[in-house]
Amino acid sequence: MGVVTLTIDNKEVKAEEGMTVLEAAQSAGIYIPTLCHHEKLETYTACRICMVEVESRGRVRLDTACSHPVANDMVVKTRSEKINKIRKTLLELMLAHAPDSAILQEMAEEYGADKGRFEKESSFCIHCALCVRYCAEVKKKNAIGFVNSGTKREISFVPEIASQECWKCKECFPLCPTEALQAAYVLAGALTFPVAPFELR
Amino acid sequence: MAQIKSPEELEKIRQEVSTQRDPNRPCISICAGSSCLASGAGEVIAAFKAEIEKQGLKADVDTKAAGCPGLCEKAPIVVIYPQKICYVQVTPEDVPEIISQTVVGKKVIERLIYTDPNTGEKAAHEDEIPFFQKQMRLLIGDNMKIDPKSIEDYMAAGGYSALNKVMRDMSAEQVIEEVSKADLRGRSGSGFPAGFKWESCRKSKGDNTKYVICNCHEGDPGAFADRRLLEANPHLIVEGMIIGSYAIGACEAYIFVGDEFPQTVENARLAIEQAEKYGLLGKDILGSGFDLTMEVCIDGGGYVLGESTALMASMEGRIGEPRMKYDHGTDRGLWAKPTVLNNLQTWANVPLIINQGADSFAAIGTEKSKGTRIFSLSGKIKNTGMVEVPMGMTLREVIFDIGGGIPGDKKFKALQVGGPMGGFIPENLLDLHVDFEELNAAGLAMGPGLVVADEDTCIVDMVIYHLNFLANESCGKCTPCREGLKQMLRILNNITEGKGKESDIELLELISEVQQDAALCALGQGASGPLLSTLKHFRDEYEAHIKEKRCPGGVCKALIETLSETSA
Amino acid sequence: MDDSKIDLIIDKHHAEESALIKVLLDIQDEYGWLSPKALKRVSEKLEVPLARVQQTATFYKAFSLAPKGRHTIHVCNGTSCHLRGAQRVLDKVQELTGIKPGETDPDLKFRLEAVNCLGQCALGPVMEVDGKIYGKMSPKKAAEPLKKYE
Repeated sequence: MGVVTLTIDNKEVKAEEGMTVLEAAQSAGIYIPTLCHHEKLETYTACRICMVEVESRGRVRLDTACSHPVANDMVVKTRSEKINKIRKTLLELMLAHAPDSAILQEMAEEYGADKGRFEKESSFCIHCALCVRYCAEVKKKNAIGFVNSGTKREISFVPEIASQECWKCKECFPLCPTEALQAAYVLAGALTFPVAPFELR
Repeated sequence: MAQIKSPEELEKIRQEVSTQRDPNRPCISICAGSSCLASGAGEVIAAFKAEIEKQGLKADVDTKAAGCPGLCEKAPIVVIYPQKICYVQVTPEDVPEIISQTVVGKKVIERLIYTDPNTGEKAAHEDEIPFFQKQMRLLIGDNMKIDPKSIEDYMAAGGYSALNKVMRDMSAEQVIEEVSKADLRGRSGSGFPAGFKWESCRKSKGDNTKYVICNCHEGDPGAFADRRLLEANPHLIVEGMIIGSYAIGACEAYIFVGDEFPQTVENARLAIEQAEKYGLLGKDILGSGFDLTMEVCIDGGGYVLGESTALMASMEGRIGEPRMKYDHGTDRGLWAKPTVLNNLQTWANVPLIINQGADSFAAIGTEKSKGTRIFSLSGKIKNTGMVEVPMGMTLREVIFDIGGGIPGDKKFKALQVGGPMGGFIPENLLDLHVDFEELNAAGLAMGPGLVVADEDTCIVDMVIYHLNFLANESCGKCTPCREGLKQMLRILNNITEGKGKESDIELLELISEVQQDAALCALGQGASGPLLSTLKHFRDEYEAHIKEKRCPGGVCKALIETLSETSA
Repeated sequence: MDDSKIDLIIDKHHAEESALIKVLLDIQDEYGWLSPKALKRVSEKLEVPLARVQQTATFYKAFSLAPKGRHTIHVCNGTSCHLRGAQRVLDKVQELTGIKPGETDPDLKFRLEAVNCLGQCALGPVMEVDGKIYGKMSPKKAAEPLKKYE
């Protein structure tokens, strides 16, 4: 693997070829906010909170740091007026779902996001898919997945599998950036699990 | 059917098919396109067959269930050859008269010929009808002469001569050079040079297995040009794809098409089967050593599948979710193999370029946009249908001269160009030309559909309609697209219910900006197209809803009721 | 429900994971909908997690998870039909059948779907019942054709 040199926030950073901008930044101690990223899981690029400005071969583009591959002479800005605006608005959109989420509130403070900007949405889920992907990729159980598309997309437990697997695992609970997962689990358990897991009674 | 083993054999068969046909023999051609079939063309065809039998003319008169010529407004369409007399809105009851008066008696039946909706002028011959006359029908002009279910018809109309020329005289590189020289650009709207794409794929070192895909997904509501063309003349697409695959070095080709269009799927499948029987697909095509298989791939439905990474994910059996890409499809596409994905209309131009030469093709159009463009015209327009126009024609000419303008005495309000992610333009921008750069500069895209809205349309309602569409059709994966659409719809619905605030417009613009910058794929990035174009050109309509609680189009129920209450 | 054909369909596609969408399309064609039982069977035989089968079945517009009715009504809501008043036609059809798009009535007589574009713009607004097109619809005209179906 070759080594590439790039600049992140005016700092020269050496990274291995094949790394993402996020990995390079993290290795140099530069913070880029993330929500749907997890080092054990495949790149997902859904929350878009890690958007950065990348200048490469004379072209500036906005892209997700978690997916963008590093290259020699690349110049990355992790903060700019544009990026602040994007992160602030994304946070406001997500806060409509989960106004009490600690992680979101912390970020909201940093970017001046107003949690009351948009009308409250009924579900707590911000669709980071950490639970779904962790269950599929790490646990290989697929007890939870997505159903529907577009604005109707939501997470859904598969009762047949969840009733067998979930109560003894629950490793996805701490991954959830909101309280959505536990709520969904409790609800799904109450409504559909053939035998309600012991802990939930 | 014996397999054809060489270009010479193909030429011989093509000649035989042509010479067997007497150009002076009467033939009644009935459009069997899906619009005409829905208007009773099936019954008309049956009536013609029965009447010919009854009058003992079976040995002298042919009938043909032909491909769609595009004048869907006047379905069912019948053309009588060799005179080329065109009858419109034909019913089974008209059939005996057509046989005795026109086919036998050589007389024109005035009642059944085309009447111009604006001038009242009548036109008896296909060539004299203004709707056809003002087009440049290089790709669809022969549709009425071709039964889409007959490869022989296609050959008799000159079909597979380009393939013959390629296999006989041209190397793969020469084909690419010709396509590049013709400056053929992708008809999906992006306008990406086809020759360049083909060359990148040909040269890709990724893998020796290469794929070619024809995108006939056409998920735009209100657009039907691509699927209608594939339905009307499937061999044109098959031929274009065989030539392209040869140039690229691909071994498998796929036509990706929606399952909502059974007629299109059926015709495409049959065309592939026939080409296989003739040996134009399969192993060692025309003795060249080149192998190619072709298959129709049915999509599961969803507008997002028009996005290339979603389309390929779907073909691989996965969820049609777009993904970030840092490789070109020509290096890593379908199944991670080098792939060329071109729009159906791009493939349709290939045989023409080979037959007529790059120079003749490049002589049509504007400086940077060459050849013709096929559009579907729909909405509040007199001549709903499929039209082919040279690049460089103005939108006004397309809508008014060919489309006939607006029905009734209604006024024009807006034209939608480029589908749900395109934009709406007012009357004063109708002089824009059909040209990739010019439309892009105006914030529009070269989509296959042009939809006309008249004065009874509420612009805000139209935008809600499109955002609702995208909210359903988006994959829902990324935040700006999913959540942005949800909030935009809330704000807009409030506006149409009389609950709009002055700050709403600014908020809508902010969400649009973030969507454009931060969404994962082209759908999310372009989702604000209808909103932004109307905020630019029809801002007064938003303001009327917000400030005066008034709907200029008279559509928004809540506002009409409020108004009548206050005036009462 | 006779589900003997499900296995035949799966076998026709050699139970390959990549054939998931094709298998579901064929089952939808055969039975008119995807039953929970069918989804489970597909998951087992193709060795694709049920969660993914469910996502696929709810992601693509071609699939229906509501039982098939004896007749299927499609009301076109393409842009052109919308401009010509398709929403009022759809409202009327909902009133006449008592069901919303995506639903099947309790007697299994009709299933109603609002579709994006049938490509029949010249005839808009368009309603299609079991593949037969009824063009130039209006709320008033929508009742008549529906009477023909039992």
